[in-house]
Amino acid sequence: MWIKPAQEQGIRKTVADRKVQLAVYSATARLKEKRAEAVSPDVFPEYEELRSQANRIKQHALENLDHYLEQFEKNVESHGGRVIWAREGAEVADFILGLANERGVSLLVKSKSMTTEEIHLNERLEHHQLEAVETDLGEYIVQLAHERPYHIVAPAVHKTRQDIADILERRLHVPREEEPEKQAMIARRTLREKFLAAGIGISGANFLVADSGAVVLVENEGNVRLCTTAPRVHVAVAGLEKILPRAQDLAVFLKLLARSGTGQLLTVYTSFLSGPRRRGEVDGPEEFYVVLLDAGRTRLLADKEKRQSLFCIRCGACLNACPVYRKIGGHNYPGAYSGPIGAIITPQYQGLARDPWLPYASSLCGACAEVCPVKIDIPRILLELRKQITESRTGGLERMAFRLYGWLMRRPKLYALAGRMAGKLARIPGLAKLGPGAAWASQREIPLPAGRSFRDEWRERKKS
Amino acid sequence: MTAREEILGRVRQALGREPGQTPAPAPEARIRVSSIGLDARLDLFQTRLEALGGKVHRAVTLIEARDQVARLIGDSAAVASNAGLLRRAGITALPGVGSGFLEEPALREACTTASFGVTSADYGLAEMGSLVTFASSEARLISLLPPAHIAVLAKATLLTGLDELYERHPLPAEGSSSMVLITGPSRSADIEMILVRGVHGPGVVHVIVVEEDI
Ligand code: SF4
Repeated sequence: MWIKPAQEQGIRKTVADRKVQLAVYSATARLKEKRAEAVSPDVFPEYEELRSQANRIKQHALENLDHYLEQFEKNVESHGGRVIWAREGAEVADFILGLANERGVSLLVKSKSMTTEEIHLNERLEHHQLEAVETDLGEYIVQLAHERPYHIVAPAVHKTRQDIADILERRLHVPREEEPEKQAMIARRTLREKFLAAGIGISGANFLVADSGAVVLVENEGNVRLCTTAPRVHVAVAGLEKILPRAQDLAVFLKLLARSGTGQLLTVYTSFLSGPRRRGEVDGPEEFYVVLLDAGRTRLLADKEKRQSLFCIRCGACLNACPVYRKIGGHNYPGAYSGPIGAIITPQYQGLARDPWLPYASSLCGACAEVCPVKIDIPRILLELRKQITESRTGGLERMAFRLYGWLMRRPKLYALAGRMAGKLARIPGLAKLGPGAAWASQREIPLPAGRSFRDEWRERKKS
Repeated sequence: MTAREEILGRVRQALGREPGQTPAPAPEARIRVSSIGLDARLDLFQTRLEALGGKVHRAVTLIEARDQVARLIGDSAAVASNAGLLRRAGITALPGVGSGFLEEPALREACTTASFGVTSADYGLAEMGSLVTFASSEARLISLLPPAHIAVLAKATLLTGLDELYERHPLPAEGSSSMVLITGPSRSADIEMILVRGVHGPGVVHVIVVEEDI
């Protein structure tokens, strides 16, 4: 089956939900604008140079990944920490369960981590009667609502303050409060107790630094610092692609990440953590673990063409730029990652057969590649994936759809033109009301109309 | 086969590399230290930090810095770190200031009730208005648990930005288990993109820059 009926229904529902449409549209517009200001040449002349450098470093790190992983491990150990290797998500959960068991821990605090979302860590821990509390404000809200994050950097972007008032009132039994500031203070108070009582703090990692054996974490709230400081044990869970060769490379990546994500010069807190508390240090965790996760990444690594999917630093810029994400929202992408980056990595992590429509959830307008700070050529990877999908299928329509894209791809100028057109079309208000859910969700409807109108246009151009 | 061997094996197979094979030379690290004079760095630091809602105070001497700290904390309870700078300035001896914690439980207890946490900072970064603190010189909880953070910074330690920091400390892990950059008050925009300060960390950040050589 191409797309599951429930998935298609989900998309239709989101597209028809005016409240969610408005919330997501305005938040992403804001983030887009802030990013554009932050990287504009007059305030950030080194932007393009840094992007190229970031791309080069990521490429180098991945091409020599075994070397850097071993170096990372050696350095973590030299500072008294330990590296755990996990083939699959279940092994991460097993490790943490074992640790919690040995240390007699039943409460864990977590800071936002897409990797742990990917492997459903919370569900696995809860299944064993452990309480794992999300502590990023947005993430806490979606956890209370029993949902998953809607956006890589803004997990509760689809919720209004009234929604949040409902959630807090219902789940925490506090008096109803609709002011964002007061809502945040309710979370602060509740979570403060958790931080101080938890035995294990779980974080993700924005970067793993090989020459230092360090985990680098960026954030604005302070919950990551609390998660990695207050509990006696810190466990960082990271995909093994997060490696950077040197601490000095952070001078490139930190600037790109903050500006691309939220338009900040730097996030409020940047933690460079290289092991448990040392002699003479008064606080900090006494035990430090880094879990390195494979879960499909090495398979992706083997594909030279698409390996660049692993360059992603999860800034979220491609989501904000994507007309499809902005329309269908974050929950209709299967898996933890949404938007253009989700459309390329989810199928590659889980295999193409499960949600073959994902690479088609794009108008190929190219906006994602344009904003990506590490220069991942997302449209090209989408096309590669579509090609793989059509090759593995015999359906005539699918083949046709692919041929059309193939034809476009061999004509770079036309392809660029098609991209521009798709971008313009997506911006026409009203057009979106004509059932774009269906259009984006099904291979039979997406590629053909877009292609046909493009070709029409092309013919007209040729005539004139 | 252990998970480690299996994963490293998969990685090598994917890349066509042999165990122990030396890596290709890495692209040269990109470090570009801008040249900004010390006074300009202080002005820039102030502009950046205040744009984020922090506040910069200038003190000519350590004594002046101490008086400014005293004014800021008023009658409230404060916790000060064991940094030599704070002791020399007499900040640790101010009434209402708890200091000298060498064990975590006592420090934690003090930090959960204090209104102010007072620390020094190893560096300031002018280009973004950041403070840099290493765990070897500063306890982490003091700049984290109390609702307000006061940092005392020697003007001479103002660097231009990230590039200069990583030039000076190419291996930040060598002397300390943590290096934290603090850029303004804790904030969140997770609810309707509305800016809220002090979500988990301090919502108030004061930096007192001491201009005399210390
Ligand atoms: S693919 Fe690029 S733009 Fe998208 S989240 Fe990753 S780094 Fe950011």
